[in-house]
Amino acid sequence: MLELKRITKVFNEGTADEKIALRGIDLTLSPGDFVTVIGSNGAGKSTLMNIIAGRLSPDTGEVWINGRNVTTLKEHVRARYIGRVFQDPMAGTAPHMTIEENLVLAYNRTKRRTLRLGVTRQKREWFRETLQSLHLGLENRLTAKVGLLSGGERQALSLLMATFTKPDVLLLDEHTAALDPARAELVTELTKQIVAQHNLTTLMVTHNMEQAIRLGNRLIMMDGGQVIFSAEGKEKEELTVERLLEEFQRIRGSQFASDRAVLSS
Amino acid sequence: MWTAMFGSVEVGLIYAIMALGVYLSFRILDFPDLTVDGSFVTGASVAAVMIVGGANPFAASAAALLAGFAAGTLTGLLHTKGKINPLLSGILMMIALYSINLRIMGKSNVPLLQQETVITKITAAWQQTGFDAVLNQLLSFTGFAPRTWAILCSMAVLTLVVKGVLDWLMKTEVGIALRAAGDNKPMVASFSANTDWLIVFGLGLSNALVAFSGALIAQYGGFSDVNMGVGMIVIGLASVIIGEALFGAHSVVRATWAVIGGAIVYRLILALALRVEFLETGDVKLITALIVISALIVPNVWAAQKEKRRKKRKAQQLERGEPVAGAKTNYKSI
Ligand SMILES: Nc1ncnc2c1ncn2[C@@H]1O[C@H](COP(=O)(O)OP(=O)(O)OP(=O)(O)O)[C@@H](O)[C@H]1O
Ligand SMILES: [Mg+2]
Repeated sequence: MLELKRITKVFNEGTADEKIALRGIDLTLSPGDFVTVIGSNGAGKSTLMNIIAGRLSPDTGEVWINGRNVTTLKEHVRARYIGRVFQDPMAGTAPHMTIEENLVLAYNRTKRRTLRLGVTRQKREWFRETLQSLHLGLENRLTAKVGLLSGGERQALSLLMATFTKPDVLLLDEHTAALDPARAELVTELTKQIVAQHNLTTLMVTHNMEQAIRLGNRLIMMDGGQVIFSAEGKEKEELTVERLLEEFQRIRGSQFASDRAVLSS
Repeated sequence: MWTAMFGSVEVGLIYAIMALGVYLSFRILDFPDLTVDGSFVTGASVAAVMIVGGANPFAASAAALLAGFAAGTLTGLLHTKGKINPLLSGILMMIALYSINLRIMGKSNVPLLQQETVITKITAAWQQTGFDAVLNQLLSFTGFAPRTWAILCSMAVLTLVVKGVLDWLMKTEVGIALRAAGDNKPMVASFSANTDWLIVFGLGLSNALVAFSGALIAQYGGFSDVNMGVGMIVIGLASVIIGEALFGAHSVVRATWAVIGGAIVYRLILALALRVEFLETGDVKLITALIVISALIVPNVWAAQKEKRRKKRKAQQLERGEPVAGAKTNYKSI
């Protein structure tokens, strides 16, 4: 479904600020795979997400989606295959537009936009039904401006907008990080439900190790622009936070002390 | 006095079309487009030259609209493909258009007196109907009778049609993507809309309206002049800001009403100001600046005072031991 072939990326090459963000990432997701990604700050997780989505282009390497090489496709073309939720609740919605208008925008992700009316009665009915699955009462606020919603509500809406058109690949980059624990838990639960419901191929970045272990069928750990550990199936099910930290220490040795704080926060 | 006011409403309605264009770029696309000063004259010049050349004035006005669209798309391309910052793209296009407008006209001023224009044609057709007599009779108690109602009525209809089309367009799938591009650009790309194309199209449309308005003003005023666009962007902004301050801008439909209202109110204020003995025609730009400044500042001061009064009221309620409203939430929120 999603295939990354030896992806590398260097920022500000040849200057004092040179930063190697990715050093040869190889990763293949089969249809329905739900992969959680953990790793310390600056490990290259967001860079990887941006390269998959086409916001950044890799220096070398290829991105394949659904058996198609999409490496050179522009972000907005590639978006036909990809659903995305960002860390910042402000990033995934248009604040001065209504909930239903935001949903129309998302609904048209896989379609050609026409000069026909965006919010039709039929669509509104469907939006209402779909919003009900969030249990937030948003179905009664279709004409409210999205800017008036709380961060948690916006993030739940973003998640719905990214997924209700069943993308081939779903990218979640710390999409619960800006929420308080209760809201984060709620959005995590919604994520689990929605991914299962549509059997979405998903890549989810999180700093919460316990969450990374609990969700999905595969887990990868990144550090210094590389995948340094991965587990799936039975091995993943048996993982514990302690085991992960030990693993990290074994692979990265001395760096552990400073990274431990970040990883377990 | 009444005649001056009547004229202000006529002109205001025509300038409202320009202001709607400015609203589209500034507010909907969030793109401060200064092309306007140039494209307004482009519209006027194209229409004037074609009319003098014997073209049908309606066709000439339509051609002006297309010329404006072309100018706007160029600004859009400078920004999206040339990666030039929005303000600079507009300024570059504006000064380029100054020369282009001179080329179109071949001189700095083209008079349209004695020519068949949209205005003269409509007025002639209107006078056949006898509506003027009816309207004047109805208003006879006021003792005011304008030369003709033709321009006021036809321009009101035209402006409302433009508003209707714009409102409808902003509700279509493309329109929703266009508005989202002005609201949260990165997000729009992640929903597979081509933001570059949307910006180019939006600026084209905006300047098409501006140029169309320019064409009508030239025909109304009886000339096209290479300098008639100077400060046009400020007049457009003044209309948008006054309108929003007076009438609100909660939705697009509401905002476009507000912009039309703002354009007319601006003309009325200007007409009133110019009746003050001390002020001269040369002071128009200064007055405009003052109008915009007050439209920007007054609502803020007003809101602050209201807030102060509200808090004071609450404090008094507390002192008296009354329950304070606002503890109840309407929505289940997460
Ligand atoms: N646009 C950029 N220009 C220069 N350097 C960048 C840019 N984007 C990222 N980097 C650098 O690349 C490295 C990887 O960054 P990235 O954002 O992918 O990390 P991350 O794993 O997402 O970290 P975090 O957990 O903090 O979100 C970092 O060192 C960062 O400073
Ligand atoms: Mg990141």
